[in-house]
Amino acid sequence: MMRALLPLGLFLLIGIAFAIGLTKDPRRMSSELINRPFPEFSLPELYDEDAILTEDIVKGQVSLVNVFGSWCVACNVEHPTLMDIAKRREVTLIGMDWRDDRPKAKKWLAERGNPYDKIIFDNESTLAITLGVTGAPESFITDRTGQIRYKHVGVITPEIWRDTLKPIIQKLEAE
Amino acid sequence: MIRWLLSIALLLALSLSAFAQVSDAEIEARAKEVGRSLRCVVCQNQSIDESDAPLAADMRKLVRTRLREGDSNAEVIDYMQDRYGDYVLLKPPVQTNTYILWFLPFLLLLGALAWFFKASGKAEAES
Repeated sequence: MMRALLPLGLFLLIGIAFAIGLTKDPRRMSSELINRPFPEFSLPELYDEDAILTEDIVKGQVSLVNVFGSWCVACNVEHPTLMDIAKRREVTLIGMDWRDDRPKAKKWLAERGNPYDKIIFDNESTLAITLGVTGAPESFITDRTGQIRYKHVGVITPEIWRDTLKPIIQKLEAE
Repeated sequence: MIRWLLSIALLLALSLSAFAQVSDAEIEARAKEVGRSLRCVVCQNQSIDESDAPLAADMRKLVRTRLREGDSNAEVIDYMQDRYGDYVLLKPPVQTNTYILWFLPFLLLLGALAWFFKASGKAEAES
């Protein structure tokens, strides 16, 4: 009797292992940088080529650092939400234009509007790699001291903004 | 005498500079080795050495820069792991959450062998 149940038991065990393993999104990676300071960097601004931006720009206020690029299709989808956030002045928005071409990025923003307070131009993934970025769009929330407190991979939809990101930002602002 | 000293000094200087400057070929070989053990985070099952993704190209570049600046292979891999987590390593490290992965096959093999010998022993006794 026990012997007959053995294959069934094994089957169930394997089934459970697959049920857990295969339903996990392999692209979903936790950020190693949560609760660590925003990495040091020194990169030019998108519009003002002579201005050098450093990690100091995320200090002093709660910020949403948003990785985007004119080549990034999903960023088109996300853009209106960012415009709304900017219009309502809900948070300091810092753009990180990743692996892009200056004229193309400027054109992209001219057509859609520029929601960002400042834009870091990261053409060679220097900051992207130190941030552990794997794709665009991707967003980081930093607190007043410049610590990374949250990472969102993928498009910020109005729902994600309202239900997840905005509450986190409000909490950090109260800190 | 002075000529002797000069030539010795020159030889020393030359050999020292050869030591100080790691050759490009060596950096290249080490960069390939490091690149093969790092996963391309965009294309998942390729290493950054074999991937055509732009991010992998930038990661390869960063690996070379760091090697040239004097990092060891392990230091470069640690740097990437620090940013991207265990995920970036193509060979999973042996640690608590990977014990099953590393040791289950051996356990299964041992179990199967034990079962086999037990069964064959029984069959022999019966025959």
